[in-house]
Amino acid sequence: MSGKYKNVAYYPGCALEGTGHAYNRSTKELGKALGLEITELKNWNCCGAMEVKNVDPKLQTYLSARNLSIAEKMGFDTVMAPCNGCYHNLKKAEYDLANDASSREVNSRLSSKAGHKTYEAGTVETIHALDWIKEAIGEEGLKARVKNSLKGLKVANYYGCMYTRPRHIFPEKDKGPGSESTAKPHFMDDLLAAAGAENVEYPLKTACCGGAHTLSDCDTSTKLVLNLLTTAEACGADVIATECPTCHTGLEMHQVRAEKVLGRKTTVKILYFTQLLGMALGLSARKVGVHENFSESSAFLRARGLG
Amino acid sequence: MTGMPSQRIDDIAARLDAMIASADATLVAAAPEFAEDLLALGDAILEIWLTAHDATPTTRTVEGFRLLALQRQGARGDASFNACRETCRELVYHRNLVCLDPAHPDTARRLRLGAMVARHLALFIGGKLEVAGLGEFCCASRPLRSQEANTQPAEIA
Repeated sequence: MSGKYKNVAYYPGCALEGTGHAYNRSTKELGKALGLEITELKNWNCCGAMEVKNVDPKLQTYLSARNLSIAEKMGFDTVMAPCNGCYHNLKKAEYDLANDASSREVNSRLSSKAGHKTYEAGTVETIHALDWIKEAIGEEGLKARVKNSLKGLKVANYYGCMYTRPRHIFPEKDKGPGSESTAKPHFMDDLLAAAGAENVEYPLKTACCGGAHTLSDCDTSTKLVLNLLTTAEACGADVIATECPTCHTGLEMHQVRAEKVLGRKTTVKILYFTQLLGMALGLSARKVGVHENFSESSAFLRARGLG
Repeated sequence: MTGMPSQRIDDIAARLDAMIASADATLVAAAPEFAEDLLALGDAILEIWLTAHDATPTTRTVEGFRLLALQRQGARGDASFNACRETCRELVYHRNLVCLDPAHPDTARRLRLGAMVARHLALFIGGKLEVAGLGEFCCASRPLRSQEANTQPAEIA
């Protein structure tokens, strides 16, 4: 724990206002319970998500840069994005602006046209919700605050793909002890272990869930997700902890679809890491939005004295 | 489960399913062979992709493993291949776990998990053969990666 990030700008992004609302709620409640201050960016826009990035990558850079520029204008040097897609895109924009003159030119031109200050690389740091808790509170700080230990809960931590890829847009990772690893990420494991959970060795923690193909190519996504779920169960997990709304929703939807279409039932629960940490701090399941998840885990949590 | 890997993704997936369903005693009795088969099946999966894209699968190795070199080869100019980078490394890791200590009490479980990892690789590559963009939206940072497309990674031995 470094004690930094106690007061950061908050960029929820579009998914957290829709399908990932439980993640939004639990992130805010967790911050409150830990005494951390987050201030939502005013008038934020889409980060460019998946679609804009692939159609016009420089436009995506601008869209993300505009959010960073808002953070700067609001007086923040750090913006926290819990969504892997937003986090990835803000990081990518930072990289583009630092390394690509034509991206800087497009950003400058569109910023002038939109009438706001052009964002310059290196002004605002983008962090993930995992960095936020890990740095601001740390494992020892969490342990000291746990009221309802996750003891006995076996968790497979699923990070998804965009939290670590591509490596070069995350210069702070892979810096040795204490830093996050792109090959074997562990921040979520560290935090949940501090809250008492028993992390299982999960070999697919960054494997593809078929995310963006969830609607357009359902069968591929269902098969990939089913393998993620069955592998988690083979590892002995009761719960898959997630940190990305796209992964989370994909796992939930395709868990149902795998049973319906492929006749393969899995029972592993799917919860955001912020929900698990929140409940470990004594927050109710409702407070952290378990009822807003698509999958049902209330009875499971009650049976374990959580929530 | 020995011999050369078959050249169809579905056949490979079926072999992996069979390995996953095998009794502990069967897996333990020939653990090193099963572990080497896992790696060979991983190689075969990536060979299928490369061959389908008119590339000659490399015989080189990265960090001593052809699988990692094949993944690098597939990733050149196709950023979405990032999505199976760690899956390949996990496969190598599980093979090593078993080969270094085949008498370990967890050997059967390790082999099954290794087979599940290989199955994910088969599903991902099989999915990409049907929908080339799989992995592209999420993992790829296309403009960045396209700059790297023509550079030869120094690590390839």
